[in-house]
Amino acid sequence: MSAAERDPGLQPERTRLAWRRTTLACTVVALLAVRQALHGGSTGAGVLAVALSLLAWLGFLGVAHRRVTGMGAARPDPLSPRHALTAAACTVLLAVFAVATLF
Amino acid sequence: MSEFVRGLRLWFAPERIREEGDTPDYRFSLANERTFLAWIRTALALIGGGFAVDQFLPGLAWGIRAGLALGLLAAGVLCALRAVNHWVRCERAMRRGEDLPSSRFPALLSLVVALVALAMVVVVLFGWEGR
Repeated sequence: MSAAERDPGLQPERTRLAWRRTTLACTVVALLAVRQALHGGSTGAGVLAVALSLLAWLGFLGVAHRRVTGMGAARPDPLSPRHALTAAACTVLLAVFAVATLF
Repeated sequence: MSEFVRGLRLWFAPERIREEGDTPDYRFSLANERTFLAWIRTALALIGGGFAVDQFLPGLAWGIRAGLALGLLAAGVLCALRAVNHWVRCERAMRRGEDLPSSRFPALLSLVVALVALAMVVVVLFGWEGR
């Protein structure tokens, strides 16, 4: 792709910022999860819960990082289904964790 | 229904989506990705709301608090799963040059959010006090 055909819509930039916003939202939820787990005291289950929510957060962070760096290409590759699924799975994992600590 | 099952199989067979049709302009793929991310953020906000209800409203009776939190969390999970499904369907429609899929989900989600808001109004009007 030549420089003359530059994208006037800044699509990669917007997508990169969308990933950053989403990562920020995920971080807030992960922090709430950690707070919830710590509230229950430092029992074995609590430590496991903290570890799991950090794992979900790291999984999301990994996908987001891959996408954010991928946006630097002249023609960014489309999102792969595996990455989409990982992002959604990490989100669901945080919700499952919330339900588990509700009772 | 079979359409749904085929969509579900696409979730787990990522390479198959590339076999269909032609690769669309990358800008359309990126727009689809941003829509996906917006839905994921909605899901995260709902899940965060579920955590917040549970953590920051300790004065609420347990049943009401758990009910509200469960409603928000369930909506969040649905939202995240549906985000993937809708993204796969849009991606496939673009590759095949078909119309983008229509969806009832936004209406459903707004109904759930309205119900939770209504429940909050009732809770505020008729007292928080739990035991």
